Amino acid sequence: EEPTQKPESPGEPPPGLELFRWQWHEVEAPYLVALWILVASLAKIVFHLSRKVTSLVPESCLLILLGLVLGGIVLAVAKKAEYQLEPGTFFLFLLPPIVLDSGYFMPSRLFFDNLGAILTYAVVGTLWNAFTTGAALWGLQQAGLVAPRVQAGLLDFLLFGSLISAVDPVAVLAVFEEVHVNETLFIIVFGESLLNDAVTVVLYKVCNSFVEMGSANVQATDYLKGVASLFVVSLGGAAVGLVFAFLLALTTRFTKRVRIIEPLLVFLLAYAAYLTAEMASLSAILAVTMCGLGCKKYVEANISHKSRTTVKYTMKTLASCAETVIFMLLGISAVDSSKWAWDSGLVLGTLIFILFFRALGVVLQTWVLNQFRLVPLDKIDQVVMSYGGLRGAVAFALVILLDRTKVPAKDYFVATTIVVVFFTVIVQGLTIKPLVKWLKVKRSEHHKPTLNQELHEHTFDHILAAVEDVVGHHGYHYWRDRWEQFDKKYLSQLLMRRSAYRIRDQIWDVYYRLNIRDAISFVDQGGHVLSSTGLTLPSMPSRNSVAETSVTNLLRESGSGACLDLQVIDTVRSGRDREDAVMHHLLCGGLYKPRRRYKASCSRHFISEDAQERQDKEVFQQNMKRRLESFKSTKHNICFTKSKPRPRKTGRRKKDGVANAEATNGKPGDLGFQDTAAVILTVESEEEEEESDSSETEKEDDEGIIFVARATSEVLQEGKVSGNLEVCPSPRIIPPSPTCAEKELPWKSGQGDLAVYVSSETTKIVPVDMQTGWNQSISSLESLASPPCNQAPILTCLPPHPQGAEEPQAPLHLPSDPRPSFAFPPSLAKAGRSRSESSADLPQQQELQPLMGHKDHTHLSPGTATSHWCIQFNRGSRL
Amino acid sequence: MILVELMNDVAPEVCLFIIPVFDNDMTSNSLRGPYADSTEECYGQLQNYSGLEYVKCCSLLCDKFTFLEFSISHSQITRLYSRFTSLDKGENGTLSREDFQRIPELAINPLGDRIINAFFPEGEDQVNFRGFMRTLAHFRPIEDNEKSKDVNGPEPLNSRSNKLHFAFRLYDLDKDEKISRDELLQVLRMMVGVNISDEQLGSIADRTIQEADQDGDSAISFTEFVKVLEKVDVEQKMSIRFLH
Repeated sequence: EEPTQKPESPGEPPPGLELFRWQWHEVEAPYLVALWILVASLAKIVFHLSRKVTSLVPESCLLILLGLVLGGIVLAVAKKAEYQLEPGTFFLFLLPPIVLDSGYFMPSRLFFDNLGAILTYAVVGTLWNAFTTGAALWGLQQAGLVAPRVQAGLLDFLLFGSLISAVDPVAVLAVFEEVHVNETLFIIVFGESLLNDAVTVVLYKVCNSFVEMGSANVQATDYLKGVASLFVVSLGGAAVGLVFAFLLALTTRFTKRVRIIEPLLVFLLAYAAYLTAEMASLSAILAVTMCGLGCKKYVEANISHKSRTTVKYTMKTLASCAETVIFMLLGISAVDSSKWAWDSGLVLGTLIFILFFRALGVVLQTWVLNQFRLVPLDKIDQVVMSYGGLRGAVAFALVILLDRTKVPAKDYFVATTIVVVFFTVIVQGLTIKPLVKWLKVKRSEHHKPTLNQELHEHTFDHILAAVEDVVGHHGYHYWRDRWEQFDKKYLSQLLMRRSAYRIRDQIWDVYYRLNIRDAISFVDQGGHVLSSTGLTLPSMPSRNSVAETSVTNLLRESGSGACLDLQVIDTVRSGRDREDAVMHHLLCGGLYKPRRRYKASCSRHFISEDAQERQDKEVFQQNMKRRLESFKSTKHNICFTKSKPRPRKTGRRKKDGVANAEATNGKPGDLGFQDTAAVILTVESEEEEEESDSSETEKEDDEGIIFVARATSEVLQEGKVSGNLEVCPSPRIIPPSPTCAEKELPWKSGQGDLAVYVSSETTKIVPVDMQTGWNQSISSLESLASPPCNQAPILTCLPPHPQGAEEPQAPLHLPSDPRPSFAFPPSLAKAGRSRSESSADLPQQQELQPLMGHKDHTHLSPGTATSHWCIQFNRGSRL
Repeated sequence: MILVELMNDVAPEVCLFIIPVFDNDMTSNSLRGPYADSTEECYGQLQNYSGLEYVKCCSLLCDKFTFLEFSISHSQITRLYSRFTSLDKGENGTLSREDFQRIPELAINPLGDRIINAFFPEGEDQVNFRGFMRTLAHFRPIEDNEKSKDVNGPEPLNSRSNKLHFAFRLYDLDKDEKISRDELLQVLRMMVGVNISDEQLGSIADRTIQEADQDGDSAISFTEFVKVLEKVDVEQKMSIRFLH
């Protein structure tokens, strides 16, 4: 708790080799910083333990009070006040994160909608406050109400007025974030507090230099320079910010391959903007605000989803951290009585004047503004705006920066500033919430954005822009429209990476976000649509979702032996087809079409997708039971073709030697996939074990699962293939007949959405550099297919052969088209082609045919059941 | 009130006539004679005038009561009329679609054509100044004193529901008081960038309709339209301060 007690051995002579040595001084500075932040964070946790306290008292108040207590302890123990809020630290390290956070997450539309009011309050209001407060205090002194020991002239008072008049962004943010007034009110007060920095800086600098020059030496040109510097500082600061925003946006455009540094870039360049502005003595706050405000749109579009989250949380963490430390240090600094001198007249006078002139200024400006505003600010708004003019750490830091030799009354000013800051943060901060409640200020309503709102508000914007065009009035909407055109034509093209620019659309964005939200809430509720057959989300490892249903059946059938195929063939058949069709339409409307923004990661610089996969698995496992129940009644026929990764399980379940042979056949290189698959499957198998006991009767009805043991090329070399195939015991293969249900499958139509989605995803899932792996597995399949190839002609003669059955499935394989690597024996290929010329036939389909043919040939048992499932387990895609 | 009745009595052509006088002769003091505080008096006084004088009288009445029908101030009407005449290349007192389409900014507005159409009464391809004003009056901000006053009176054009209905009509091409999926798709196609594929647009449209649809007819009726936008500050977002 007491960091100052840590130092142990500052300067003893080293007696040879030490076993244990304190090196406090080497770590002192960072250690203390970390400790302070830790203390502040712990304090925050403690505060929030009681909701009652935090709902009544703003956190900033509590932190200041805590600071006071800690400061008192430090003072009592160390006999001197340590750990002040140093202006240097404050301006260089503590302030930037807060400003960046507020600028970056500033609701830009709202900000620009109210820009006129914000600028007025920020510029005119601050000037007004500074001059009136300064002059009134001077008048107070002239009237003899301030003790004569406060040696200050008019200029000193103006200097003091300039630093005390600025509304502080940190304090405003801390208090208003908990009050939840309506957005317009918030953005006006908050925007003012950010933008008035330029005015404060200029006024402070001008007054300071005037004081240092001595009032006698100030010439008329200096006043002019002062006015000019206002423009230089504010516009310069804004320009620096925009330049850096441009650079930042441009840089993030090229980070496609180094996603991991994206968040860093955002912070670095924003900080660079701050420092540059500070270096050029421009308004640094304005620079960072503009940087955040300007870059957000492009940066958000360019950087990856994860980087976006990272930026958001890091920014929030840093800002909250800085804010906490600021308030705590403010409290601690106030303890140091050596720095300040009390004068009741000055303190009281200042308090009254800042409140009074703030209110007066707000009323006057609002009256003027309301002549031009579409929605006038009413009296209640004005009260809140007047009362919300909180002063904070900026004022304190500025007053500490004063030079005591030049400003003899510095100590009095420090004391007054501390009192003012404490008063505004504690008293006003405490009372503003009840006041807002009492005045019934319009609160902000938090409602989720809906697609309708977004769409219609866009329509409104277009309508208003058009009406302004018609009436020939170049107003706000006109310029906004112009800007948007410009942005769309040039800026976005330049600053957004092409892929991002193409899909960048606000309506689409809202749609996208809504879908994500729905999906998450759906998952939270334990929905199972995600894992339904026929739908493959990109986040799902291959097509486990499909495997899941089949596995249960597979296991059910394990006793009867199976034909385990390593490659992936899948026919979605009758019984489920209707369900699928329904599901498809449901999902089509309700779910995110996952084409975009999903990139396979194949570099260590990418963050792996593990978390996502795990999540999917959770969902998947969670729903297993429910699904099993629902499927119990369904009768499926499964031709389960399975890939190599499964052998472990197969071996466990199957009692014959085939499986064992299989198990040994797994390529070591496949381990990665095996792991992921195994997790899921284990669960399933356990579930299945329970299931199988209870469903003995059903088992009888179910059709056999055919495991075609597929050998890898190595296996082939070892000569085990034939053995495998021969052992393959499942005797029943039913030529599946097309059902009418299939006809309504959406993907049958050829342009069906789902088929396209799935297919495109599959393409994506097989990244370019994985192609070789894919091709290998294909060729292994091919080599496997060759043994029965002499049977292929027979296949064509089989009357009930399920051409129709394969059609619906054909588009599913479209993207994973491994055509180049295919080298079917000519006869086979020909057979396949000729048979499926009319439909959208594909190599995969051809691949299926020989397989089916083989099975048909060997274990034909036609007509046993109508529904037949061929589930694809797309192993190659996960390699 | 007088003027409203007056406006109802006189033909639109006369109304159109009234306006130019605003523009030119309002400074003329010689005509500041006839004021009327009631309809009868107004008519009575108008009887004494004919031709240009009549028009000028009307204009003075308008000046006094402002343009009550649309509650748009006289000075704004003056400006709008000059804009109207400058748009009117045919100089026949009416605007055609071509006149609107000549406005360069409107040409690139994705909803430009729809909005132009909104200016034209059903089945006509000309709009006179009164019709022009009638459309623009939708975008007048709602004054504070208007919110409270006459609940039973006719709804002003700039009421929330009229503003919404204006927007609604932009979607509703076939005027069946329903936004169907196709209609929504058309608007989306205009507003959303070309890079969003048709199927994506389709899913956006589906979702939009699902979100709003309450009676399950897969279309958005006006009531549903109002409902989904109930939290939106339409009064503000569909108003232009200029049309005060």
